[in-house]
Amino acid sequence: MKSNESALELRGLTKRFDRLAVDALDLTVRTGEFYALVGPNGAGKTTTLRMVAGLLQPDAGTVSVFGIDALTDSIAAKQVMAWVSDEPMIYDKLTPLEYLEFVAGLWGIDPRVAEPAAHELLVSLGLQAHLHERCEGFSKGMRQKVALAGALVHAPRLIILDEPLTGLDAVSARHVKGLLNDRVRAGCTVIMTTHILEVAERMADRIGVIAAGRLVAEGTLAELRQQNGQHDTSLEDLFIALVDVAAAA
Amino acid sequence: MSSARAWFAQHELRLAWREWLAVMTAGRRGRRRAALIGLVVFAAIMHLPAYAVIGRFANLQLPPDISSLIIVAAIIFLAWTLMLSQAIESVTRAFYARADLDLIMSSPARLADVFSIRIGAIALSVTVMSLLFSTPFIDVLVIGGGFRWFAAYGVIITIGLSAAAVAVAVTILLFRIIGPRRTRLAAQIIAAIIGAGFVIALQIAAILSYGTLSRFAVLTSEAATAFAPGLDSIFWWPARAALGDKQPLAVLLAGGLVLLGGVMAMLSPRFADTARRASANAAPDRQRARATAFRSRSRQQALRRKEFVLLRRDPWLMSQSLMQLLYLVPPAVMLWRSFADSALAIVVVTPVIVMAAGQLAGGLAWLTISGEDAAELMATAPLTASRMIRAKIEVVLIAIGAIFAPFVIALLFASSVQAAVTALFVILATVSATAIQLWFRVQARRSQFRRRQTSSRLATVAEAFSSIGWAATAALALAVPSAAIMTGVTSLAILAATWRISPRRQ
Repeated sequence: MKSNESALELRGLTKRFDRLAVDALDLTVRTGEFYALVGPNGAGKTTTLRMVAGLLQPDAGTVSVFGIDALTDSIAAKQVMAWVSDEPMIYDKLTPLEYLEFVAGLWGIDPRVAEPAAHELLVSLGLQAHLHERCEGFSKGMRQKVALAGALVHAPRLIILDEPLTGLDAVSARHVKGLLNDRVRAGCTVIMTTHILEVAERMADRIGVIAAGRLVAEGTLAELRQQNGQHDTSLEDLFIALVDVAAAA
Repeated sequence: MSSARAWFAQHELRLAWREWLAVMTAGRRGRRRAALIGLVVFAAIMHLPAYAVIGRFANLQLPPDISSLIIVAAIIFLAWTLMLSQAIESVTRAFYARADLDLIMSSPARLADVFSIRIGAIALSVTVMSLLFSTPFIDVLVIGGGFRWFAAYGVIITIGLSAAAVAVAVTILLFRIIGPRRTRLAAQIIAAIIGAGFVIALQIAAILSYGTLSRFAVLTSEAATAFAPGLDSIFWWPARAALGDKQPLAVLLAGGLVLLGGVMAMLSPRFADTARRASANAAPDRQRARATAFRSRSRQQALRRKEFVLLRRDPWLMSQSLMQLLYLVPPAVMLWRSFADSALAIVVVTPVIVMAAGQLAGGLAWLTISGEDAAELMATAPLTASRMIRAKIEVVLIAIGAIFAPFVIALLFASSVQAAVTALFVILATVSATAIQLWFRVQARRSQFRRRQTSSRLATVAEAFSSIGWAATAALALAVPSAAIMTGVTSLAILAATWRISPRRQ
């Protein structure tokens, strides 16, 4: 389902806090691609994705989502995007179904489409027994699943996830990974940051390695190995080698 | 072991001091000097209302007559109920909100000792707070009536000790009766009712008996004198102690210490058990909601519905709002009485309603505008910020309208002019409080509602002054319309000044 049309194009994206967090970053993600962004702590992964999602204003650069300029026409860009952070932010006093109804309402989705989609999503994430319980008693994993269901209920074309597997048990993580793979197969584009390199290795079509706010390497796992002349090495060894080189530079 | 106790006591006092400092400085280190100066200025200014309220009692002649004793005893009881309310809050926080319970309970320290010290620290902080608040009042009495009034400090210490002891006992009793999950909300509601209950009960009694909102009308009435115990009764010991009688003062202080010591000895082991159960039940009940089909709504309607559902299901808000709504009970009683005799005193109802509307609107506006639990969801939704804010403001206006419309409709039966004036100033107070919250909005979780005053002291003060200003303007508009222009302009000036210094403008 991958095409040459770009789902996301970042050009010269820059953000400075007390130091340079993202340094004139150029990045292209193709439609239907599963793209993993990896890098050490403080490398600028989350800052980059937060700028794409409209949560942070860049100091310089452009963000284009399916050809829409996300900085000048943010509403149109947001309509086709979904954001899931590592810290699920949902409403304790709403049930999962009420939460999904609210999200669908915010995105202006027809309830005749949203209601069955919400049920299907929650059931596929193993929450069928909790559809009408308020989220306040949920574990972190359950909350993360509700947040993910909320992100998917409006059928986004681009899904941005920041460490979505943090705090999930093995079964829940498998549910989430399965759901994301299904979406990619259906033509969705997924961009995900993760510290679990095995996940990036197994799920991603392409991997971007970011260090000190710059993209230091990009490609399929095979391409990354080839670029570094290490044909039988794991992503973990590659990652450490790339980050060490970036730090030395 | 005793050094461990001393170390833990020092730790508790340091936490209490830093918590207090954070409240005073809104968590900013550089503000300590400004906070200290502000506190001194505030304490100095507080001498004026203190003089207005109790200045006339400074020269009470000894031996006091029964009416004087009733008034002094009532003031002491009022202070005690307020401190009890505060102490229940502190104890509930010690059970639920302190992040160190897991650490303490997993340590090899004897839990009964640790919790004895914690109860002692609560008693100390409540007592110090009582002393701070009462200092302007006692100063006024000492300046006007002599050094004998210094004994009132002893009574205040007794109030702090006994309020803390009773608060611990009440909270543990609640745990036993209704369980840890419901205790938090129940304790908050009880604290709210106790805090406001005594004053409101006196007001209702005054209205029913004398058609006035004055609390002193009941206390100085012949009926109160007739029902009061004799002059020799121990019932008057707190009042006598405050007036400088050494023997009752010594007994009260000893009684306060014994009560607190008894609670520490008897309930500390249970306090540990209770804390363990509270921690084990930290996750609330999984409450179920009725299943309803998804409905077709506009984006704004979806936002408004979400806000209404969250407001309805928020126990913190319920207890905080209850406090404000309780103050509406006396004017409601007055309204009900006034249908019969159209007393002139009914004018007093308008400022009370306006004030309550302003305060409640401020709380609701903070919850809807600043207290957003899914801030990132909202920020990534395809909706402009202005449309989101508009929907949230609509929720505040609709909620205030629903709560206060019955009062305005009831006023229509007494006076259509007063109803119109009340409606107008309820709207002005609501809009002003909402605007202030909008100008000073921060991103916070709804559970931080209790701390909203610390995030911006300026917004809190501006909100209070604006509500008071509109309440005064409403009262004057009914009584002396020409004077209302002055207070109305002052209220607008407060709003303009608040806007000029607000972060939204800068």
